[in-house]
Amino acid sequence: MMQELEKYLRRDRFPHMWCPGCGNGIVLGCLLRAIKKLGLEQDKTIIVGGIGCSSRAVGYLDFNTLHTTHGRALAFATGIKLARPELNVIVVTGDGDATAIGGNHFIHAARRNIDLTVVLFNNNIYGMTGGQYSPLTPANKKATTAPHGTIEPVFDVAELARAAGATFVGRSTTYHTNLLTSLIAGGIENKGFSLVEAITACPTNFGRRNKMKGGAEMLLWQRDNAVHVQKTKQMSPGELEGKIVIGLLHKKETPEYTFVYDQIIARAREESGPGTLTPLKGGESRGRTE
Amino acid sequence: MGEQSELRLGGKGGQGLILAGIILAEAAIRDGKNSVQSQSYGPEARGGASRAEVIIGDEEIDYPKVSRPGVLLVMSQEACDKFAGDLERGGVLIADSTYVHTIPEVDGVVYKLPISLAAREEVGKEMVANVVALGVMARITGVVSRQALTEALLARIPRGTGELNRKALDLGWEMAEKILH
Amino acid sequence: MTQVVEMARLMQGNEAVAEGALVAGVRFFAGYPITPSTEIAEIMAERLPRMGGKFIQMEDEIASLAAVIGASLAGVKSITATSGPGFSLMQENIGFAAMAEVPCVIVNVQRSGPSTGMPTAPAQGDVMQARWGTHGDHPVIVLSPSSVREAYDLTVRAVNLAEKYRVPVVLLLDEVIGHLREKVILPAPGELEIVNRKGPGVAPAGYLPYRPDETGVPPMANFGDGYRYHVTGLAHDELGLPTNNPEVAEQLLLRLHEKINRNLDDIIMDDSMHLEDAGVVVLAYGATARSAGRAVREARNSGIKAGLYRPLTLWPFPARRVAAVAEKVHTIIVPEMNLGQYRLEVERVVGDRDRVRGVNRVNGELITPGEILALLREVV
Repeated sequence: MMQELEKYLRRDRFPHMWCPGCGNGIVLGCLLRAIKKLGLEQDKTIIVGGIGCSSRAVGYLDFNTLHTTHGRALAFATGIKLARPELNVIVVTGDGDATAIGGNHFIHAARRNIDLTVVLFNNNIYGMTGGQYSPLTPANKKATTAPHGTIEPVFDVAELARAAGATFVGRSTTYHTNLLTSLIAGGIENKGFSLVEAITACPTNFGRRNKMKGGAEMLLWQRDNAVHVQKTKQMSPGELEGKIVIGLLHKKETPEYTFVYDQIIARAREESGPGTLTPLKGGESRGRTE
Repeated sequence: MGEQSELRLGGKGGQGLILAGIILAEAAIRDGKNSVQSQSYGPEARGGASRAEVIIGDEEIDYPKVSRPGVLLVMSQEACDKFAGDLERGGVLIADSTYVHTIPEVDGVVYKLPISLAAREEVGKEMVANVVALGVMARITGVVSRQALTEALLARIPRGTGELNRKALDLGWEMAEKILH
Repeated sequence: MTQVVEMARLMQGNEAVAEGALVAGVRFFAGYPITPSTEIAEIMAERLPRMGGKFIQMEDEIASLAAVIGASLAGVKSITATSGPGFSLMQENIGFAAMAEVPCVIVNVQRSGPSTGMPTAPAQGDVMQARWGTHGDHPVIVLSPSSVREAYDLTVRAVNLAEKYRVPVVLLLDEVIGHLREKVILPAPGELEIVNRKGPGVAPAGYLPYRPDETGVPPMANFGDGYRYHVTGLAHDELGLPTNNPEVAEQLLLRLHEKINRNLDDIIMDDSMHLEDAGVVVLAYGATARSAGRAVREARNSGIKAGLYRPLTLWPFPARRVAAVAEKVHTIIVPEMNLGQYRLEVERVVGDRDRVRGVNRVNGELITPGEILALLREVV
């Protein structure tokens, strides 16, 4: 399997920059398996990243790749998708990138239901800058900027996306890789805004400070604390406390933005043509003798 | 630099003075002249102070603002108080007496006409007071021809309002005619 | 006798920008409403879909420029328009466009500031921000029109320069020119030069996305056209891939500047009046140049040998030309609707601060010809 994925990698860019035990490589592997499963053409697939550990993934991938400014990946991706709707546009982002500095772009991209697939690497921390808390760092956890424990509540990013208008929302972990792969594939297939939240481990900057030991132990933690959405119906709110609900959380059919836009263009062209400068009506041309 | 006519239209936002300024400037182009139109307005879409300026000339117009208008139309008391002192010596001040009750001493000719009232009562819509004012200004000052003004007006207004606007323009022209004779 | 039939029409400066962009081939606009630039967005929203193009109102100005850069990478000529507060928000992505060499045009119709200031009043306070607004040393081209026709021509020129040199180009208007309506006669279709970006010219296997050609500019492949490569705001090598190698990073930054510096004659545009025998020159740009033009004419009428020098390209600064002007005159007067931003640069080039005088206003009103004339009279 690994060999089949190698064609998607810029192999001369390895070794990658991620720490031992980091889950980002697992998420990346799932993304590539999903791309392979769907047979996406490399030349017609654009992968856009923001800033942060997860977003560095784009540099390792042999597609049209764009590494943007912090938080703005979705806005860049919106421009690409609008300019050329026939391209597959995938956005790789992190919890800080997507929900703090890029939070506004996130909700508006979801609201527009533009056909972008967001793979959100949620490692609960700003890893690249050394472990500051993000909007997805759980309460009472330690970070370099929360040495006494965090006091801010977290976003439920899946609920946020659903409420904003996303038409496909799923969550998985780096332990549940088959599910993660199929959710990413489902998100790419969905004609509209898709969010796949991937719970991933940052042993260096989150685990170490929060008594979660190494990457392997954090994977086991994911195994033990994840509950498939279908099982939640039989569980009480008390039993669900602190659990990660995984699976396909939301799907609906809503017209996609670029599809609707093309209809608007067709209508505008039919009704009024390309248009020219509106000249002064009647007597606009003045003869002048020189 | 040849002779230039400098006009200022002052009143409140919503009175359509900027549109009136645009129509004047377009009429001047139709007359084969050069023109510029500029404006200043408050951030409020309606009710704030509004000012449109038009310069009409035969040659290139460099400085686009009006400092000493030769023709001043005021459609609110506030605009009259603010701008009357700027009138060029021997200039023409046209005041809408519907809203302008006291006019400061000026070194020029003052015409007082109930522009908005006439629009309301004789055309049935105060909204076209700006067009009535255009008719008045054109007749009194001769800065643009009646034909060019009519053409410019009809090209700028929404479809289906041609008759209403033409009526308003004619009304202004006639009001000025009466006051001149 | 030649009979010339011309299309004269009354046109607003902002409208001229929109029409100029369309003529230049722009088919993508992303923006956020802000006075006094909004007419540009409104016209683009109306016109672009009819021409098969796209308009999108983004959630803020940061996103607007990001979307513009994205669309440009996908091969579509793209533009945004804003005013001071939005321009400030765009700065980081202007830096991105400079670093990643993505063609784009940013129109800034300047209003009074700082902060919300007087949103409907003109100013020229963003002259330095346009040059130095984003962090790091970066090249940028800034053009500033003084009339509606010039707004049209310079918009076309801005798009051309962006495509040719793969840089962000800033078109700096002020509220006076943005909202001014005046008689214009537009060039016939085909009369203006339209420049398109240079494509790779080699097969994908041999394409190095950031290797410059003989002009110093790397040929650009569009996303989706079969040339897979990486675009980043990180320092990068000729493959576009990130590097921490100090030599590679420095070579990149030097090349970004060099591609502008070696083409100054192509990029710098200016205009002048009565320089031949002038003893004093007014150097002005944007709407202020209109007041300056009147002041110089009136000064000439009263026997003062005054001239006008008008840079249309504000940045890169036309240093050689300003120095040549300075050699022949005793005084240069720089009127600006700010407290002397561009004057600083003129002083630097002239070298003698006493020979450079300012006429400045920050009250939201255009400087009058009378104010400039008074100083012309004083210095002779």
